[in-house]
Amino acid sequence: MIRLNTIVPAAALAVLPAAAFAAGDLSGGTQQATNWHAIFMFLAFVLLTLGITYWAAKRTKSAAQFYSAGGGITGFQNGIAIAGDYMSAASFLGISGLVYLSGYDGLIYSVGFLVGWPIVTFLIAEPLRNLGKYTFADVASFRLGQTPIRILAACGSLVTVAFYLIAQMVGAGKLIQILFGLDYWIAVVIVGALMIIYVTFGGMLATTWVQIIKAVLLLFGASFMALAVLWHFGFSLEAMFAKAVEVHPKHLAIMQPGSLVTNPISAISLGVALIFGTAGLPHILMRFFTVSDAKAARKSVFYATGFIGYFYILTFIIGFGAITLVSTNPMFLDEAIVAAKGPIAAIKGGSNMAAIHLADAVGGDLFLGFISAVAFATILAVVSGLALAGASAISHDLYATVVKGGRANEKDEMRVSKIATICLGLLAIVLGIIFEKQNVAFMVGLAFCIAASCNFPVLLLSMFWRGLTTRGALIGGFLGLFAAVIMVVLSPAVWEVTFGNPKGTAPFPYENPALFSMSLAFVAIWLISLLDNSKRAQLDRAGFDAQFVRCQTGIGATGASAH
Amino acid sequence: MAVQGYESIQRNPKYIELVKTRSSFGWTLAAIMLAIYFGFILLIAYAPKFLGTPIGTGVMTIGIPIGLAVIVSAFVLVGIYVLRANATYDGLIRDIVEESR
Repeated sequence: MIRLNTIVPAAALAVLPAAAFAAGDLSGGTQQATNWHAIFMFLAFVLLTLGITYWAAKRTKSAAQFYSAGGGITGFQNGIAIAGDYMSAASFLGISGLVYLSGYDGLIYSVGFLVGWPIVTFLIAEPLRNLGKYTFADVASFRLGQTPIRILAACGSLVTVAFYLIAQMVGAGKLIQILFGLDYWIAVVIVGALMIIYVTFGGMLATTWVQIIKAVLLLFGASFMALAVLWHFGFSLEAMFAKAVEVHPKHLAIMQPGSLVTNPISAISLGVALIFGTAGLPHILMRFFTVSDAKAARKSVFYATGFIGYFYILTFIIGFGAITLVSTNPMFLDEAIVAAKGPIAAIKGGSNMAAIHLADAVGGDLFLGFISAVAFATILAVVSGLALAGASAISHDLYATVVKGGRANEKDEMRVSKIATICLGLLAIVLGIIFEKQNVAFMVGLAFCIAASCNFPVLLLSMFWRGLTTRGALIGGFLGLFAAVIMVVLSPAVWEVTFGNPKGTAPFPYENPALFSMSLAFVAIWLISLLDNSKRAQLDRAGFDAQFVRCQTGIGATGASAH
Repeated sequence: MAVQGYESIQRNPKYIELVKTRSSFGWTLAAIMLAIYFGFILLIAYAPKFLGTPIGTGVMTIGIPIGLAVIVSAFVLVGIYVLRANATYDGLIRDIVEESR
């Protein structure tokens, strides 16, 4: 029997934005006995994905294939891949852990993560596919000054990717240390090395298929767990809730909103970050270029929304299942804590382990190994997508357009993107090791916030507002970026938790500043564009009509390339 | 690359119809989604007790179906958009592209 006698460190929660990090115990982690089932199944996953990478590498000869899989991914496949990008190890472990701790509050998070998708469908997906080729900077700079806007978009992308990547690497290292019994640094090096292999050799095609396989495995595993829980209660939700209310120390309070949302402004600001940040994440936006046309892009968000919604409903059931089946089983509890704090707080490894213990409770050792392997695979797939998005910003936006003025030859551009991937991978490993002991919980929240405050306003206005000018986008976009970073640094999550200043001294009172930084960006872009009478501004406005026709009809859009 | 001859497309009544109907439909659906979500958040912030109202005699509260309904509404709204886009917009776009040749 595998014992998980460890405490999940705060960093494993890093993969979940903002206040969700409140869940779980914050003490440092120790290693556990090597988990052979999990390692064996993970090795099987790695072999399979390396095989796919080999297959993909033979098809990845051109830049179009490297960045966008040649536009040859179907809407359904892309839908699963997008869902995979979103169903991170943290959505799975973090949200089910949050439900386990406080019941209803966990649902509030799932909802926030999901509602960004309809907005992406209605406003972003099709115009993006019609106007862009490989990166969202293609769209933002379509009729604006190429050099300044590419630099802005590349900065927005790289900063978003960097924070997201650090959080994922540290979370990965800690999680794998606990699940597999590997040293932290070994875990980080494995993740970084596999990510480099997938992306440099297989490009977008391999990255997409790794994501698809992992998403299917995760959906299968989560469905199995939820069904097993429901089966246990004769498929009666009422019976499951009744048992949970009976055994949970908070009793009926788990059936209604608790302490998670107390300040409405804070809650709305977090909502803004989650919704509009989703519409500005470079690794997500990039997925829309992997399908053949706008129609397929639309279809892919439809499937993605369905899978993500279904997945969040599963995590809700899994969380309640853990309350009833894990917190009542002494095998999963720390006896010393049960007496002092009750069974919920006494879960071995902290609340993040709720879903993992439940896997053990309903499926035994083998299924526990399967779920652990899927959690590892999930991290790997998400970091690969991030690395590809970062590498594209460097090679396609900075190198090919800014440095070479759009006249780079394809071979050189691809070489740069591969070098960039390797550098990003090595950097991620180094940063992952440097940040091991730091509290990086704020980083994913920050990534969403920057995406909502820099990438999203520039992208949206470039597509829909005739009056946008290069100067407005440039100044407003950078203002949004800096405002987001500064406000996060001054917020309680960094000022008090990371810097160790006394509680209540943070100059910025809310956990997530997106409401303010995004509004600032929009207002600045609007005002500066309005006042801009430069020659460039006249060109920018004059280009709108032709762009809008392509945006609406897709005439002139890049199609799928032949393989 | 911008569209050649975009001026004539702009004058095509089908294009005018496409832009008008699709934009208003998209922004309306987006507004509905935001209203549902932020309505839910405000309910949580200001009326948590309402969400805690039991349904019937058991422990199930009204907040559970409401929360799940928000999740389902996101999917349904996307579905409505996709159905309408498939039924109307794709045809219009095809005609516009044909007529522009």
